[in-house]
Amino acid sequence: MPTDDYFSGPGPERQFHDFLAEGKFMIQRSKSSGNYNFYPRTLEPGTGAADLEWVEASGDGVVYATTVNRQRPEKGGDYNICLIDLAEGPRMMCRVVGIEPADVKIGMKVKAKVDKIGDQDAVVFESVN
Amino acid sequence: MAHPLRGKAACVGLATAGCGEAHGRNAMELMVEAVHGALADAQIPLSEVDGVFAASAFYAMANMSLAEHLGIQPKYSNGSNIGGSSFMMHALDAAMALEAGLINVAVIAYGSNQRTAGGFKSISEPPPFETVYGPRNPITSYALATSRYMHQYGCTRDQLSSVAVSAREWAKLNPEAFSRGDLTIDDVSNSRMISDPLTKLDCCLVTDGAGAIIMTRADRAKDGPNTPIHMLGCAMEHHHRMISGMPDLTVTATAKSGPRAFEMAGYGPKDMDTVQLYDAFTINTILFLEDLGYCKKGEGKDFVTGGRIAPGGELPVNTNGGGLSCVHPGMYGLFVMIEGIRQARGTCGDRQIKDAKISLAHGNGGVLSSQVTSIWGRPETV
Repeated sequence: MPTDDYFSGPGPERQFHDFLAEGKFMIQRSKSSGNYNFYPRTLEPGTGAADLEWVEASGDGVVYATTVNRQRPEKGGDYNICLIDLAEGPRMMCRVVGIEPADVKIGMKVKAKVDKIGDQDAVVFESVN
Repeated sequence: MAHPLRGKAACVGLATAGCGEAHGRNAMELMVEAVHGALADAQIPLSEVDGVFAASAFYAMANMSLAEHLGIQPKYSNGSNIGGSSFMMHALDAAMALEAGLINVAVIAYGSNQRTAGGFKSISEPPPFETVYGPRNPITSYALATSRYMHQYGCTRDQLSSVAVSAREWAKLNPEAFSRGDLTIDDVSNSRMISDPLTKLDCCLVTDGAGAIIMTRADRAKDGPNTPIHMLGCAMEHHHRMISGMPDLTVTATAKSGPRAFEMAGYGPKDMDTVQLYDAFTINTILFLEDLGYCKKGEGKDFVTGGRIAPGGELPVNTNGGGLSCVHPGMYGLFVMIEGIRQARGTCGDRQIKDAKISLAHGNGGVLSSQVTSIWGRPETV
């Protein structure tokens, strides 16, 4: 059973953003099942186990789906939005940066880094070739 | 043994109002106009309505706003919102409330003036952990699903366009449809790219429009002026809210809701005389045809080509022209059901499917999130 501390203090969303501000991309793992999850949750999805702990993500991932949101140049231009399957198992929405948005391909191997999108801390990915 | 809800409730009246552009009329006024039309169609006075079901992007508690505007005090009402499929869920809920004796006359209604009020309206909260990446939902999410489907099954750009062209061919037969001009595969494939691979013409319309249906128990339904169209089966399933939570972007929860609805109805996919699917984007039609069992996974891209789902084709799909060409006032599910019921009634004019007795009406909500399959049939199918 969880200790009282499990439900005290900042919740998972706040903690995730606090880690990001330190430059760390953290995901959660259930102590009992060993399975990882993202986005940050209160209980392990599906089992309800109240035993999630933070672990640093390997940052390794593969592009599962991708799109280019078309936008006029004066509004900031086109940008990539994709879904990345993390090596640990969970999937997340993200952006591959450093290459043209349309050059992001499904199956592409990518590596995470913590960066800024606008003024917000965010995980983004770069192609590894 | 037959399911206890099978055929026990029926639609006895229906109407649409303000489809297309309804200048100067607000969402509730349109919804109430549709309710008035549906009650007149059923020849049931407003005073007998004791069940109210509604969902809206304009009213947080649409069932309460509607009942107040109508000046009635329902014994049971439900304003739950699971997106565009809310209305099939409401029909299931109404059937349960009718069968349980909680109510005697249910109205299910929707209304929206989004087109003349400034464009697409949503009350969805920004999706946590996605918003920073700038998704423009719903299209970004549907584009991601389309990208995966194309990658996994080799679907081509022109195959997607076939869905929109077939819908347009149906719309040409429907005086109520908003877009009725000629449309080619090249027109769709070459229209402005919005979110790769989806172009502007892969996307549903942004129109005004309202609809309403009246449901009663079967014993009362047979005494009305219209052929009652019975709810033979209805089932729902959802497995995510955000697209990043969808387990497999090529398989929707329809693969679960569909078989349960067929089981309740005691009929299978081949028994459906018309198939009405919530086509918010061209990919929807392909995925739902697969998930409902009309073809194998990955073969939907071929199934929608060659006029197979167009007028005169093997399977009549979205005979009103769909959300792509008929009407899409933000939440389209009620119009999917109305077209299915109209076909079973036999009142569809030039687009009527000869001897149609059973229609499937499938609703989709959110970003391929909530799926509700309903099956409606004439009295002789019960």
